Amino acid sequence: MSKGSAVKNHEAAAPPALSPQEILRYSRHLIMPEVGMEGQLKLKAAKVLLIGTGGLGAPLGLYLAAAGVGRLGLVDFDVVDFTNLQRQVTFGTKDVGRPKLEAARERLRDLNPEIQIDLHETKLTSENALDILRPYDIVADGTDNFPTRYLVNDACVLLGKPNVYGSIFRFEGQATVFALADGPCYRCLYPEPPPPGLVPSCAEGGVLGVLPGIVGSIQANETIKLILGAGETLKGRLLVFDALKMRFRELKLRKNPDCPACGTKPTLTKLIDYYEFCGIRGEEAQPAVAVPEIEPKELKRKLDAGEDVFILDVREPHEYQICHINGYLLPLGDLAKRAHELDSARTIVAHCRSGKRSAEAVDFLRKAGFRKVWNLKGGILAWSDQVDPSVPKY
Amino acid sequence: MPKVIIPTPLRQYAGKQEALDLQAKTVGELLQQLVTQYGDLRRHLYTDDGKLRSFVNVYLNDEDIRYLQKESTPVKESDVVSIVPSIAGGRP
Repeated sequence: MSKGSAVKNHEAAAPPALSPQEILRYSRHLIMPEVGMEGQLKLKAAKVLLIGTGGLGAPLGLYLAAAGVGRLGLVDFDVVDFTNLQRQVTFGTKDVGRPKLEAARERLRDLNPEIQIDLHETKLTSENALDILRPYDIVADGTDNFPTRYLVNDACVLLGKPNVYGSIFRFEGQATVFALADGPCYRCLYPEPPPPGLVPSCAEGGVLGVLPGIVGSIQANETIKLILGAGETLKGRLLVFDALKMRFRELKLRKNPDCPACGTKPTLTKLIDYYEFCGIRGEEAQPAVAVPEIEPKELKRKLDAGEDVFILDVREPHEYQICHINGYLLPLGDLAKRAHELDSARTIVAHCRSGKRSAEAVDFLRKAGFRKVWNLKGGILAWSDQVDPSVPKY
Repeated sequence: MPKVIIPTPLRQYAGKQEALDLQAKTVGELLQQLVTQYGDLRRHLYTDDGKLRSFVNVYLNDEDIRYLQKESTPVKESDVVSIVPSIAGGRP
């Protein structure tokens, strides 16, 4: 070779191989022609980044680790809490209070000590996303909020990495694969996020525990197919799943030529401020409307002093069954047609679980001419924390 | 009659219905009937100036109406119109 020619130093000198233990471990893959030794070595060489180790991240992490994906990166900054255990099956009761990443690593190591697990204990941001994503081949999006969804999408498009997408609400899920070279991205599907407060979150709307199990497993399956180069992926198809009806529907997804991220003339050339893009100021979700509030302790004082206060509970009947503070149940959705049941001469304190829905109720009633109506700050959760711990939190 | 499928997050604004049969000639007409019948749904589907919101996609069978004739896309008796809003997951 002539002097000065670029001699590239290739990483893997020895051909990759499986140890006898690995051959035994992956036996059921190896005897299947669709995977075989070649496929299993591809899995071993693969590097997959999981954004979020929650409901979707649980089956993703467990199945990809079990399948022998050689390097798994995990991004999360949360701590395991009791409400996670209903669906985040990576974690056990003993893990409550521990960082999710630590608990996840322990579980995945136990499941498969042959693989490398990288922990990224941070919130994914516009500043760190490209650096965190860069070493990986595939990104699986198991996040729980719009700003991170758009951030993951844009980072994947900019870096040219497939984005295995899954998303859930109550008993409905969506899954697809975005950002393959010739396929659509998340912005082709949804150019803009909904304004804050217009779409109910899982914290308000709930989620069937098994749903992220199903959708996350679909994401794991898509990830494995991308690695193997086998079968047909969900590229160009949005899978919409209704767990209640047990119905899968497929919708066509097209690459939008005008897409700012992946279109023919992309205008998005670097990551942006995704909180601003999603209309969110600060990290805490603000109540949709600003209304007069009353502190739980002040309400307690009024009640103890025998003042006339009408407590209006705007939650749903099934929530009332979980716990209540003897309020008059009138769900927010029925308020407009049942407002006549309320006496505008009396002092009314409206509450819900966290104070968000009741803020809307107070706003509505004030606009309808009710003058003495207040929102219980922090809802029944704050009442439980500050006044009566015997009221269970949910 | 053409059928419209209401997604889970919007059912609370549509009398908790999962699907409705509505008589209409176009997708736009069908959606107008829907929001006339369920007023609370309007602000979730349309902006204040009456445009379909960009985080709510509408499909005629399996095809996105943005790639057909948008709201003037004709509907047949046997067609299924799906409203598919973006969902993010856990956090607000």
